[in-house]
Parts: sequence; C-alpha cells; structure tokens
Amino acid sequence: MSIRDKVYEIIAEQAVLDVSDVSDDSTLESLGIDSLGLVESIFAIEEEFDITIPFNANEPDKSEFDISSVASIIAGIEQLVAAKP
Amino acid sequence: MITGAGTINALGQSVPETLTAMQNGICGIGPLEFRDVERLSIQIGGQVKGFEAEGLFNRQQMTLYDRFTQFTLCAAKEAVAQSGLEFAGELSARSGVVLGTAGGGVSTWDDNYRSVYEDGKNRVHPFVVPKLMNNAACSHVSMEHNLKGPSFTVSTACASSNHAMAQAFSMIRTGMAEVMVTGGSESMLCFGGVKAWEGLRVMSKDACRPFSANRNGMVQGEGAGIFVFEEMEHAKARGADILCEVAGFAMSSDAADIVMPSKQGAARAIAGALADARIDRSNVGYINAHGTGTAANDKTECAAVADVFGPHADDLMISSTKSMHGHLIGGTGAVELLACIMALRDGIIAPTIGYEEADPECALDVVPNEAREARVDVAISNAFAFGGLNAVIALRKAP
Repeated sequence: MSIRDKVYEIIAEQAVLDVSDVSDDSTLESLGIDSLGLVESIFAIEEEFDITIPFNANEPDKSEFDISSVASIIAGIEQLVAAKP
Repeated sequence: MITGAGTINALGQSVPETLTAMQNGICGIGPLEFRDVERLSIQIGGQVKGFEAEGLFNRQQMTLYDRFTQFTLCAAKEAVAQSGLEFAGELSARSGVVLGTAGGGVSTWDDNYRSVYEDGKNRVHPFVVPKLMNNAACSHVSMEHNLKGPSFTVSTACASSNHAMAQAFSMIRTGMAEVMVTGGSESMLCFGGVKAWEGLRVMSKDACRPFSANRNGMVQGEGAGIFVFEEMEHAKARGADILCEVAGFAMSSDAADIVMPSKQGAARAIAGALADARIDRSNVGYINAHGTGTAANDKTECAAVADVFGPHADDLMISSTKSMHGHLIGGTGAVELLACIMALRDGIIAPTIGYEEADPECALDVVPNEAREARVDVAISNAFAFGGLNAVIALRKAP
C-alpha cells in the first residue's frame, strides 16, 4: 500500500468517513477533523510510518510540517520517510 | 483569613525563598533529571532540585510517601508553624484538610509499572496503593498535625488546588470548620508523567512564555503550596498574624470541550468570585493568571478578563508566574496564591518572565519580565482546568 493510500485510510478513519470521501485537496477542517482529531491523526501517522513529525499544537501554522491539505501532509510524510536512517 | 503559608517548588523550598525568586524574576525551569529522560521529546521542567527526602523522613515514612506527599508534608509543616496553631481537643475536631492534586502518586505508578512490565517482576511493594492514592497526602497531613475534621482530596486537573481552597474557605464560612489546612501538590515529573503530556503536543521544548507572541506551549513544574485558613474571629482572638483575607470564590463549568477552554466559562468564574466577595471590579489591582503559555489558554483568558473588567482591564496588572515555576497542574493554584499574597501584603507584583514579543490578542499589562511595586487591595487567582472546570478565588488585603 502506498503512503498516499495509507494516509487516506488514517484520515478517513479519524473523520469517520469513507476513504473515497478523502482527496488530495481536502483540508482536515473540510473533513470535520478538529484540533484533537489532528493530534490523534499525527500520532497514527507517526506510528504507521515510524517517523517523528515536528508539530506543536500551539503554533500549527509555524510548524515545519505543513498540514494545510491532505496533499501537503503526504508530501511531508514522504520527506520524513525518505530521510529515515 | 490566611494565617500560614508553606511551599516547595522549583523556585525555593520555603515561602521566603519562593517570594524572593519571584521578586527577582528567577526562572526555575531547566533540564529534567530522571531515568529515561533521553527518551522524551520534552526535556525541560520546573523540577525541585536539591531536595533530600531521605534526610527529612524515616525509613517507614519513605515507604509510604510518594514524592507528592513528601512535598505536601514539607509545605504543611511550614504553613502550620507560621500559623502558630497547635491542634488538640475541640480545635482538632473542628479542623480539617482539603487538598488538590491531579495525579497523586504518579511516580509510584510509574516505578511499579516499570517493575512489572519492563523488569518482568511478579511482585510489587505491599504499600503501593496507600502510597499512590490521591488522598495520601491529605491523610498524612491530617495525621501529622492531628486534624480530625472534614478532610478530603479534590481532583480537577489544573484547577484542583483552587477548587480545594474554595472548599476549605466555604467550610469555614458556613461554620463547618474553624481551621482548614488547604492547597495542593503535584509531582508528575517522571518518565511516564511527562510522556503522557508530550502526546498532546502542547508542551514547549524551550521555555514557558505566557502572553508573549512567540510562546510555544506550557512547561510542567512540581511541588506543593499549603495554607492555613482560619475563621476570622478565631484568628483575631489569638492575635494571629494575618497574611490576607480570602474574600470569595466561584466555580463554573464550560460544558463545552474536554481540552479547549471557553471564554464564557472563565468569565463567569471571575465575575462570580467578585460577586461572591461583594467586590466591585474596579477595586481589583492584580490577577494571577492561569497563563499557561499555550495559544488556547492565553488568548481566551485575556478575552475573558477584558469582558469582565471592561475598561478597567487596562488598569489592572495580570501576570503568570508559571513562567518561573512551571505548571504544577493540580498544585498550581496553591503556589500561585503566594504571588497574590505578596501583592497584597508586600505590594510587590510578580512578573511574567520570558516575555519577548507583544501579542495583540493579549494586550493587557502582564508585568513583563520585572517585578513591580504597587499597592493592591484586591487580588484574584484564576485556574481553568482541562475538562472546562474553572475556579477563581478573590483575596483582600488583611484587615
């Protein structure tokens, strides 16, 4: 399963939606994921890919990890996975 | 009336040490030191250092006292000594203990889980339960000082000790008790305790900078703050030195979200405390803020203060001493009450340190970085907990 498919799955599960409801253009907000849901999604992604995501809930916009859309989240994960030792 | 105070926290192991540190804007936050700290992403905290429990308690006591109980007993000893009270006979029966803690014996849980899960042991020390229970500290204070009246522990996360002190005050006001030992304590600075907090992603890796635009989260602390609350006539009759008067309190529940604070809930608690104390809002000179240094709290708290006080919000001072001692969770309101007492009694306002950049959403006088001299007749102390449970206490200068 590709990174994209897995992320779609995690986000759909969090949003209690079908995977087909998630697209690259979706924002977490548009999927109904609130701040707690975001923290939970990041945890699930970290566990799935064995990576550490630099994310501070106090300054989500300043974070190096771009959460503005599903596509940006996937891009961030791909970078972190590629950088894994 | 408050006739005794005691504390131990990252700023000092007594009230005078702590107040001196607050006056000087000392930061008690530094690198955490305990087993497995290198596995944490958050490695700073307001840890109590140089505390040698073995020298203070005997072997039997050490087997029963978690660190949060040790802190509580040290602070209670200082507070009761300052009050000059001895509890015997009728006074003993009419005096109790109400304390706050969120986690109780967290390091006892942590050590013993490690022992059975990580080390594979099949047996734990026989006193694990009486050592970790949330009311352990309260019970040991009652035993140590012979307090036989109403005693219990309240647990409302970050508002625990404000809720506890509100109960103690209420018991004296309604005549249920003559004297109450009250306040709170916390000691979550161990691997499991900090690991749990990390998960929420609200902790700062470098500093606690409440109200500063570049703040990036809260920093945990540990310790205890304990007070002797005494019925006014009782205190006056024996010529006690009165530190200040507890004038009123209010509690409210946001009934909205398990972690995000609500402006309305906070504002109702602040306004309620003033109404309970029959204090006009224009008389409030100082607010010890909840001021956690998180984006969510600081904006909401400032908006609530602006709502309640209107134009007077610009005239009063509001500071967060968490910038110095960290967030003591269930013990935080108790340690912060010391800053209110210092404002009322000594006319010194503790600063918000680490303040670097103005935030238009926190545009109040936050007493940045340096303590200030000012006459204050009324001070209030805010505590707004996870779970939306709020408790605000109003204090007046001693009569």
